[in-house]
Amino acid sequence: MSMQGPLATSRSATGIPTGRLAVWWLLASEIFIFGGLIACYILYRLNNPWWGGEAVFTKVPAGAFNTFVLLTSSLFIVLAHDAAEKKDFDRAFKFIWYTIGGGLVFLLVKYYEYSSKLFTDDPELLKTPLTNTYWSFYYTATGLHALHVIGGMVIMALISFDLRKGFNPHRVELIGLYWHFVDIVWIFLFPLLYIAK
Amino acid sequence: MAGAHAHPNYVKIWVLLLVLLVVSIIGPELGIPWLTLLTAFGIALVKTYYVAAYFMHLNFEKKYVWFLLLISTVLLGVFFFGVAGDVMKADGQNWQDCISNNTCAEQQRYVDGQLR
Repeated sequence: MSMQGPLATSRSATGIPTGRLAVWWLLASEIFIFGGLIACYILYRLNNPWWGGEAVFTKVPAGAFNTFVLLTSSLFIVLAHDAAEKKDFDRAFKFIWYTIGGGLVFLLVKYYEYSSKLFTDDPELLKTPLTNTYWSFYYTATGLHALHVIGGMVIMALISFDLRKGFNPHRVELIGLYWHFVDIVWIFLFPLLYIAK
Repeated sequence: MAGAHAHPNYVKIWVLLLVLLVVSIIGPELGIPWLTLLTAFGIALVKTYYVAAYFMHLNFEKKYVWFLLLISTVLLGVFFFGVAGDVMKADGQNWQDCISNNTCAEQQRYVDGQLR
């Protein structure tokens, strides 16, 4: 890894470093991915009032706890960014791993929720992606979101060790922007899938 | 970084987000439809604003990034309303509307929203 870092870290033709601009573009495209899914869900939900009867099978406390976990991990990554700006790389490293820990807790809760629906002997509680369109949406939206959480955790782990040596500290901000977006997606999935009965 | 700017108090923003989370859970429990919409979805928009403006530093970012994100959202709205006419209005002779006449197989499992 070069001490100077890639060209994207210093070039700024648009007033924003190219790397950060690229992340904003990525997030703009992600708006279509998750936004399209959520828009379709809302349209179908309005046409299918009986979906409220399926939503009672989601666990509000688990969804609320996961919202708390993601909001807290968002705080950790912005504190990591703050520390990286101040060149306190050990502190930034620590907060990145706290964020990864938050992602792990989120996934464990998700696993608990999934397993309670997929691996049950009670036919009333058994909910698979093929049960009906509500559960197809549920597993597609939360599964795609969980994949984004995993991707963010892997990238954070990869950049953390370079960061500890003082290399490429700007990457903390870039992965932070992505992580906050993943948090925002969950902020919408929680009321849509868990609260609206 | 997003230019030289005074950093907000991140912990205060986080506490505010947690308060909003509690309100968004308690509000729908009261069972009032307009309050559910306001607390569940209205507060989701407020939470999004705080995360974007302060954690993502959009308030300190070049203004065109707001436009970049808003244009994406507006185009998504065009998609939403563009297809809503087809999805929501179930008249016509060339397709069967099992939703409005309540004959979809998966609807048969429910009576008045309750599982049979």
